[in-house]
Amino acid sequence: MADTETSVSARSPLAGHAARFAAATRRSGGAVRLAELPYLAQIDVRLDPKGPAADAVGLALGFPLPTQPNTVVHGGGSSALWLGPDEWLVVGRPGTRAELEGRLREAVGDEPAAVVDISAQRTALLVAGPRSRDLLSHGCALDLHPRSFGAGRCAQTLLARAQVVLAVRDELKPGFWVLVRSSFAGYLGDWLLDAATEYTGAV
Amino acid sequence: MLLIPCPWCGPRDEAEYTYGGQAHVPYPQDPASLPDEEWGRYLFHRANPKGPHAERWCHTAGCRRWFNAVRDTATNQLLAVYRAGEPRLAGGEANGRDLFA
Repeated sequence: MADTETSVSARSPLAGHAARFAAATRRSGGAVRLAELPYLAQIDVRLDPKGPAADAVGLALGFPLPTQPNTVVHGGGSSALWLGPDEWLVVGRPGTRAELEGRLREAVGDEPAAVVDISAQRTALLVAGPRSRDLLSHGCALDLHPRSFGAGRCAQTLLARAQVVLAVRDELKPGFWVLVRSSFAGYLGDWLLDAATEYTGAV
Repeated sequence: MLLIPCPWCGPRDEAEYTYGGQAHVPYPQDPASLPDEEWGRYLFHRANPKGPHAERWCHTAGCRRWFNAVRDTATNQLLAVYRAGEPRLAGGEANGRDLFA
């Protein structure tokens, strides 16, 4: 008899890469650290940065939305990344997406604004370690040196020809978030493992 | 590859952008009443200068905003960039923004 029961179990786009990421991290001896950060809550917020909705969202998050292009503000368990002059990506911990979306939607009220849950659009990769800048530079034209891309910076750009959102992790040690579309995640995961060969040794 | 300064994100590789053709082409006030020749002129006729050319670009792989740029078609030098809605620049004049800051 056919099994008619539906099973809905979450599976992250890079679940199949976890073992290889862990092995590469181990082999690099601390030079690079690769891991997926699955199921982050990601809410796209579009509103007038000078309108009352911007202030309301700032109050709801506990910090104001960044108005400087390509900057990110962290605080209170969530982060807000500048995506455009009227667009932000609010990133929260896994499992908080409904709560975060509800909180932001309540904050904007009837003001002209859009609050959309896009958690499934992208997955996040952690690329950390002292050689993480060198690793990303193999496929990214941006100057990732701390003097031009230091703490509090983020950017939407191309990494190995795939569209990504790069954000500097809010720590003293070098490390980045790489947010990539779910359908490109497998390709980018393979590319990162390949580009990291010189730091991890051949497989 | 051209290094194009997005008015929001700063200089980025040409590969991140989409070209949008000549800028400041006004949509006809009343298209239905236009004679065919003028409608055809609006649709198909564009300036083809050797020298400064105001054109539209979109930062597709970045902030996804459209903006205008003045580019010298002979040298590929970008003379000015300005955000959509800002007044037209002829190129060469300072627009308060260092192109490659």
